[in-house]
Amino acid sequence: MEKLIFLIFAAVAVGSSLVVVIHKSPVYATMSLVLTLFSVAVLFVLLGAPFLGALQILIYAGAIVVLFLFVIMLLNLQKSDAERSRGGLGVAAVGALIFLGMIGLVFWRTGREAPPPLTEDFVSLKGLSAALFSDYLLPFEIVGLLLLVAVIGATVAARKAPQPGEGGASSLLPREDFVVEETHKEARS
Amino acid sequence: MTVPISWYLMLAALLFAIGTVGALTRRNGISIFLSIELMLNAANLTLVAFSRQMGDRTGQLIVFFVMAVAAAEAAVGLALFIAVFRSRHTIDVNRLNLMGK
Amino acid sequence: MNPEILATLAKYAVMFGVFINVAPIMNWVERRACAYIQDRPGPNRVGPLGLFQPLADAAKFMFKEDVTPAAADKLLYLMAPVLALLPAFTTFVIIPFGPDLTVAGRTIPLVVAPVDTGVLLFLALSSLAVYSLVLAGYASNNKFSLIGGIRASAQLISYELALTLSVLAVLLPVNSFRLADIVAYQQAHVWNFIPQVLGFVVFLIASFAETNRLPFDLPEAESELIAGFHTEYSAMRFAAFFQAEYTNMAALAALGVTLFFGGWSLPGVHLTGWLGAVVGLVTLVAKIAVCMAVFVWVRWTFPRFRYDQLMRLGWKVLLPLSILNLILVAAMTLAGWL
Repeated sequence: MEKLIFLIFAAVAVGSSLVVVIHKSPVYATMSLVLTLFSVAVLFVLLGAPFLGALQILIYAGAIVVLFLFVIMLLNLQKSDAERSRGGLGVAAVGALIFLGMIGLVFWRTGREAPPPLTEDFVSLKGLSAALFSDYLLPFEIVGLLLLVAVIGATVAARKAPQPGEGGASSLLPREDFVVEETHKEARS
Repeated sequence: MTVPISWYLMLAALLFAIGTVGALTRRNGISIFLSIELMLNAANLTLVAFSRQMGDRTGQLIVFFVMAVAAAEAAVGLALFIAVFRSRHTIDVNRLNLMGK
Repeated sequence: MNPEILATLAKYAVMFGVFINVAPIMNWVERRACAYIQDRPGPNRVGPLGLFQPLADAAKFMFKEDVTPAAADKLLYLMAPVLALLPAFTTFVIIPFGPDLTVAGRTIPLVVAPVDTGVLLFLALSSLAVYSLVLAGYASNNKFSLIGGIRASAQLISYELALTLSVLAVLLPVNSFRLADIVAYQQAHVWNFIPQVLGFVVFLIASFAETNRLPFDLPEAESELIAGFHTEYSAMRFAAFFQAEYTNMAALAALGVTLFFGGWSLPGVHLTGWLGAVVGLVTLVAKIAVCMAVFVWVRWTFPRFRYDQLMRLGWKVLLPLSILNLILVAAMTLAGWL
């Protein structure tokens, strides 16, 4: 039963990840990424990490990919026709195959025997949070600081360049109109 | 009946390889970014699989931090894309070339 | 079949039966309540008191012509209503609807998915509701739909934060994400909306915004942007959005009453067995009905927020209030009051 679930969701993950890297339309690629993330979340639950599975859906599928979609729509990206550099695909595919061979060989030799059975303590949220807030408290706080820095950086990086008359911080204030920007101009060469 | 861990590791390696091909061959900046997210997910899967094998929760905690860092990276990266698009009106990485033609 | 799987399917059937009937009943309630508030009769032709109006509406939806815009992105256009129904019909699996039942020597918790990560799973699945709005707006190939879709999704992700933080404050004294534990805590102490008034108010306002209901329904308002993100959808696809919206409302209402009003429990009532289960389910449904009545009442009483007012409220008012609530509840829990 567990093998069946693994095979189904592994197949879905591989199939949708192929769509992500192949499809010409960015919106379709993004939606396939959502499907991939969902399958990986199910695999996390199978591996005894249900909290991570829920977090994967909440953070990755529910926030990060939505951000991608917003940017795609804001920049009005169209399907591009000549998507791939000529010849680049062959080299990259060969490289990926070599990588897959090497890593596959390493991985195939490890973990052949069955893993130890899942204990209630391993799966429980209490154990995870106890470890998070005792042994890993410092990385936790640093990650909080990192997220603050990222928010400030993203806000500053995405603002319009301030006009010569305006000050630096006034460009961070919200504008009065909240319609979708008409940033779609004719592409200049 | 339990799935051996090597299956998960092979799947993660496959996803990583697919993501690498995508990141190396796409011209659209956003598509490269999507492939990078795919690679990060493959790494997360490997970490959780090994955490299950060892019976040690460290792997899961590292995944927790990786997710947070990936969110931060996505936000800043997309803000940079918006900034680049404003001035160059394209995010085709072959055309975002200031150093020589 | 494995008895666990059988029990889970039976529980899901019960919850599904409750939540699938929300849309037609709410359709009737909404139109009659709106008519009452606006001092007019409302639908009263189809059956006594207009009770068969939802049947007539369903028939209309089935026979209406299905128009698809020619330049619409076909796959995404067809996927959007389905994606709207997905979070609506998966989020209620963590809502408990009664005390533990003992059948043939086994104890069955009356939750479809008694997982450790209960509330987190609800929040994760309900955050997927953004996709249907964005894709509907994008795929319709219509400027008004696109703007409506983007505004709707920006609204949803902004109010998700306040919602999550107000929910988090409820979890602090309980030490668990499971809703069954939260209900047990409220049975032992007082219903959560009394000590956590601020959290309840923030949750209420955020849930109006999360379900695109007035006063936050700018993305789909009839007089703004034509009909927002579902302009180009007709007949059964519009019915799918309609159903998804009401079911989402009911699921969020179920979460709200379980977190703040004791869920399936009544103070002083401690029945067990099948009687307890039935009474629990009826109590939960009654509380959800009261919550939905409040939704309807607010809709027809208040005017709509403008988009910048909406965003300002979400980020500058509700988010700081929910953080303040979190700090207050943490302090009260440390002091031993909760």
